[in-house]
Amino acid sequence: MAAAQSELTRARARSAWLFLAPMLVVLALTAAWPLARTIFFSFTDDKLGDASYHFVGFDNYFVQGDGYTDGILADPLWLSAVWHTVWFAVVSVALETALGLVVALVLNSDFRGRALVRTAILVPWAIPTVVSSKMWAWMLNDQLGIVNDMLQRAHLISGPVAWTANPSVSMISVIFVDVWKTTPFMALMILAALQLLPTDCYEAGRIDGVSPVKMFFKVTLPLIWPALIVAIVFRALDALRVFDLIYLLTSGSNDTISMSVYAQQQLVQFQKVGVGSAASTLLFIVLAIFTAGTLLLTRSKNAEA
Amino acid sequence: MANVQLRGIRKAYGSFETIHGVDLDIVDRDFVVLVGPSGCGKSTILRLIAGLEDITAGDMFIDGKRVNADPPSKRGIAMVFQSYALYPHMSVRDNISFGLDLAKVPKERIAAKVAEAARQLELTPLLDRLPRQLSGGQRQRVAIGRAIVRDPKVFLFDEPLSNLDAGLRVQTRLELAKLHRDMKATTVYVTHDQVEAMTLADRIVVINAGQIEQIGTPMELYNRPANLFVAGFIGSPRMNFIEAARIGETSCATIGVRPEHINVSAESGRWQGTVIHAEHLGADTNLYLDCGDKGLLTVRLFGEQRYGTGDVLHLSPVEDAVHRFNAEGRAIGR
Repeated sequence: MAAAQSELTRARARSAWLFLAPMLVVLALTAAWPLARTIFFSFTDDKLGDASYHFVGFDNYFVQGDGYTDGILADPLWLSAVWHTVWFAVVSVALETALGLVVALVLNSDFRGRALVRTAILVPWAIPTVVSSKMWAWMLNDQLGIVNDMLQRAHLISGPVAWTANPSVSMISVIFVDVWKTTPFMALMILAALQLLPTDCYEAGRIDGVSPVKMFFKVTLPLIWPALIVAIVFRALDALRVFDLIYLLTSGSNDTISMSVYAQQQLVQFQKVGVGSAASTLLFIVLAIFTAGTLLLTRSKNAEA
Repeated sequence: MANVQLRGIRKAYGSFETIHGVDLDIVDRDFVVLVGPSGCGKSTILRLIAGLEDITAGDMFIDGKRVNADPPSKRGIAMVFQSYALYPHMSVRDNISFGLDLAKVPKERIAAKVAEAARQLELTPLLDRLPRQLSGGQRQRVAIGRAIVRDPKVFLFDEPLSNLDAGLRVQTRLELAKLHRDMKATTVYVTHDQVEAMTLADRIVVINAGQIEQIGTPMELYNRPANLFVAGFIGSPRMNFIEAARIGETSCATIGVRPEHINVSAESGRWQGTVIHAEHLGADTNLYLDCGDKGLLTVRLFGEQRYGTGDVLHLSPVEDAVHRFNAEGRAIGR
């Protein structure tokens, strides 16, 4: 093969590598190296403020001694963190997809002031999460929050609810705020897909007497499916490593703790670099498996078509 | 099968009117071609018949029934779009049967109809392919198949051949003519190509700037154009127009002579001109002559000719093929 390559092809390959080199160096320094260090430290008992460390093998992950088990995988808090994260990701992404689809369909139709609405709907997405989380934390506050005040005036609740502190509703609050914040992103992604759809198909459908609902499920949805999958994967990856929203809204409470919050607690609060690194590594593995799985699934689907 | 009647049809977008009161009677089983330059409103008229656009004023009747307020699916029409408008993710079979599936037609009947349409259009081996795996001509046939299985009273075609290459266009034109003979369905066909109009139509409707200029059989339009617009639009190469005053005629404002109705002689004739360009097509020869104050005239001669650039020739129009138009551009009877 190499002999068959023309001089031009080789020259092109050379310049391609030249252009790629800076990015590869930056990626190696900012992504590969920290990742490798994290995996490395996950096999040690390193602590913050203590330069010496020893290798402990898989002890940070799982260790079984006489009548006891230890390590992250044996920690009930980690298991509930995994459960919270998956639950949060599935419910919030599902809601955001459904609502985003509705919003996108509305924005895709012609009406007066459409451009204004399109811009306005992006506001929640444009606000930094730190700001919007704090904003919602105040609005949902049990003593001073406007949400309790409004619901009480409307006689929907009898007394103030501690939306972010009460274990039975705090996860719902977190999901609600995430849906509020991220639905615009989904709507925008779906709107972009909708605008690429051929319009003539819909006229053919009108002549065939296809109802708008049938048209949506039989034509629109299959046609935007590839774009929808990409948007869902983006959102799911984001949701699986959720940190700021949960940390700020519920102050790292055990009732809503996510995998990222767990890793941060171990590393920063308990100063256990080794355990925190191990938790981060596990989170990385979960994300890698999820991404690879999705890519494989969509690729086999593409090959079919 | 059905007739279609348009009574004072107008279409306005906001305050901007594009169709200015169209009256048209389309007889049952006729093949009617709406022809005109780009932007003349011919496609809009078709879309008004289909029900894809709302009628601003006037009445539309299909088979004697007023259909102004009926949705497209209730008008008994089928439409073939210029862009084919196939569903990209469905197989040929599903594209053809989609409308029937939803209309709750029994499965065996759908299968039979699809098979029959596929046989008629030679699509049988392609039924399981996706539109993107087909050529332009094949896609067009799928679009036609989708129209056929609806058993429409009226077929509507919106420039169906303009996305095809020249050879395929001629072939598909023949197929459409044959299809119309077989189906005997009322057909309204929109094109900007006057050759398509002449070859396919029972009757041609020439449209310009949102109004009907003339309705007639192809030969009526060719032999007796009602005005300058139709005279110039129908026929290729285009009819020659000469200001009557320049050749000493007083009975009219403009005279028109088709390029094929001018005799050429090297010795004598009514007008004299110099060949500035010659097109040798084998079957025909087109000469473009500079005739001084009479302007640029085109002459079409049968067969191969030895004339070339720079030759000075004498031209004589065939007298009973000369068209005369008054100052408003209307034809004066002869």
